[in-house]
Amino acid sequence: MHEGPGAPAWVMLAYLVAGVCFILALRGLSSPESSRRGNRFGMAGMLLAVGTTLIHYMPRTGIGHIDSNILVQIVGAIAVGAAIGIVTARRIAMTAMPQLVAAFHSLVGLAAVLVAAAAFLNPEAFGIVEGLGDGTGWTVFPPLAEALPINPVSRVEMGLGAAIGAITFSGSVIAFLKLNGNMSGKPILLPMRHVINLGTLAAILGLIAYFTQDQSPWVFWTLTGLAFLIGFLLIIPIGGADMPVVVSMLNSYSGWAAAAMGFTLQNSAMIITGALVGSSGAILSYIMCRAMNRSFISVIAGGFGGDSVAAGGGGASDRPWKRGSAEDAAFLMKQAEQVIIVPGYGMAVAQAQHALREMGDLLKKEGVSVKYAIHPVAGRMPGHMNVLLAEANVPYDEVFELEDINSEFARTDVAFVIGANDVTNPAAKTDKTSPIYGMPVLDVEKAKTVLFIKRSMGGVGYAGVDNELFYRDNTMMLLADAKKMVEEIVKSLG
Amino acid sequence: MDFITILSIFVLACFVGYYVVWAVTPALHTPLMAVTNAISSVIVVGALIAAAAGSVSVGGSTAKWLGLLAVVLASVNIFGGFAVTARMLAMYKKRERR
Repeated sequence: MHEGPGAPAWVMLAYLVAGVCFILALRGLSSPESSRRGNRFGMAGMLLAVGTTLIHYMPRTGIGHIDSNILVQIVGAIAVGAAIGIVTARRIAMTAMPQLVAAFHSLVGLAAVLVAAAAFLNPEAFGIVEGLGDGTGWTVFPPLAEALPINPVSRVEMGLGAAIGAITFSGSVIAFLKLNGNMSGKPILLPMRHVINLGTLAAILGLIAYFTQDQSPWVFWTLTGLAFLIGFLLIIPIGGADMPVVVSMLNSYSGWAAAAMGFTLQNSAMIITGALVGSSGAILSYIMCRAMNRSFISVIAGGFGGDSVAAGGGGASDRPWKRGSAEDAAFLMKQAEQVIIVPGYGMAVAQAQHALREMGDLLKKEGVSVKYAIHPVAGRMPGHMNVLLAEANVPYDEVFELEDINSEFARTDVAFVIGANDVTNPAAKTDKTSPIYGMPVLDVEKAKTVLFIKRSMGGVGYAGVDNELFYRDNTMMLLADAKKMVEEIVKSLG
Repeated sequence: MDFITILSIFVLACFVGYYVVWAVTPALHTPLMAVTNAISSVIVVGALIAAAAGSVSVGGSTAKWLGLLAVVLASVNIFGGFAVTARMLAMYKKRERR
């Protein structure tokens, strides 16, 4: 019974086409122009996959008659989900996108666990009963006291699907709580956590192996329970600033969970999608780690950066620094030929993107060239800053990535840093003792003047290091809430 | 399909994913996460099979309800994921040429 009980060729073809649609959906994201069409390909693929499944797998009560009870239940379930999904998607603030994505990941994870459990409880519906695997059509069994034997290979796949799904679920829930501020962004470090984590992981793998020999429910449920536990344990020691990596990693896991279930169902749409999503999340994690000069292992091991780690190089804040006002900033930028704006997480927290765009517009009216420079780990998820700027109607061709704009700072009059900190710290290039040494940073200090918005001189960046930039001769600190400061600058410009 | 055929599809799809994702512009990394999230909900196929299956075995009716619940969860993701992606993508505009 492959591809379900005696799946005809058109069903398999339809799933394949759905898989291709999903590839085109991601392909579309190579540029903003093609991205909207890509998204429509994605929707079409999903419609095809769902439609095919409904038509082919719907139980029939007679010749050609679909069991309307079940159909009503399913359509009802879809409608409930659709209503929740669409309302959430419409209402969510763009600054809350990282939380939303984490929440969505948790749902995929939980759905994977449920599907794996359903396959475990009702293997014949999934065509994975041992010895019945040759597409011979429906085989009806009388109710049995004992569970039907499941193919050993399918047991491994379903065990993996349940475990990865459970890790995705509980990990995403923790990530959501941290991103949403319900839980402190500080790493929570348990004693012996590496031993506990590795032990749990080994136990899960051991149980999956044992599952091939013994199909008892306790094996399945224990391994699923342990996977829920390890998802939780893996994410609590990771600090808020490493969240871009965590969110990408969970994205990847949700893909692998879907792929594992695709193996169980022998469904090409699920396998292709799982592989796409899995590699997408893995690549994003890699890009984020590279942008922080950290290894994936060190991020996963956790413990990096709390909300208030003691500043390195004690007494550093005694050094002299210059303070400027909104009027000074407005004057300097008006005179400039080019201003590069460097946004960071602080801009998102202060919701300053709209005021910032207004400032950019006024400067452009004065004949100033305005560009935006984005560090890959600015914000709490990959591309976070780009979305916020797009929301504020900043044209995307004024927004540049680190490697494309870094050489321009030397030819720039004013670098305007708003809500970013560590990604501008020159110590990453010079100070070998700095925890962020080697991390690629934006060369803002090369600009003639650096305007740096910060709430107060007290706090440090997530890495817990003081920023060299504050004490340089060409730096002017603008101490205020980011949004208020930008609004004041707008007033002075107008 | 035998296991090797399925594995082949999987391995080739990983390569396709690798090249397609590297081609995604960094500016669209957030929409990428949102849309991958939506498409990974293709797991709804499994949920639908479980929900539609007749309960002929002992665990069948439990499996059916688990399947229906999974259909709800996956639908939240599918509709929410595509809608939020569309909302984000609609915001990316080019500079107006005057």
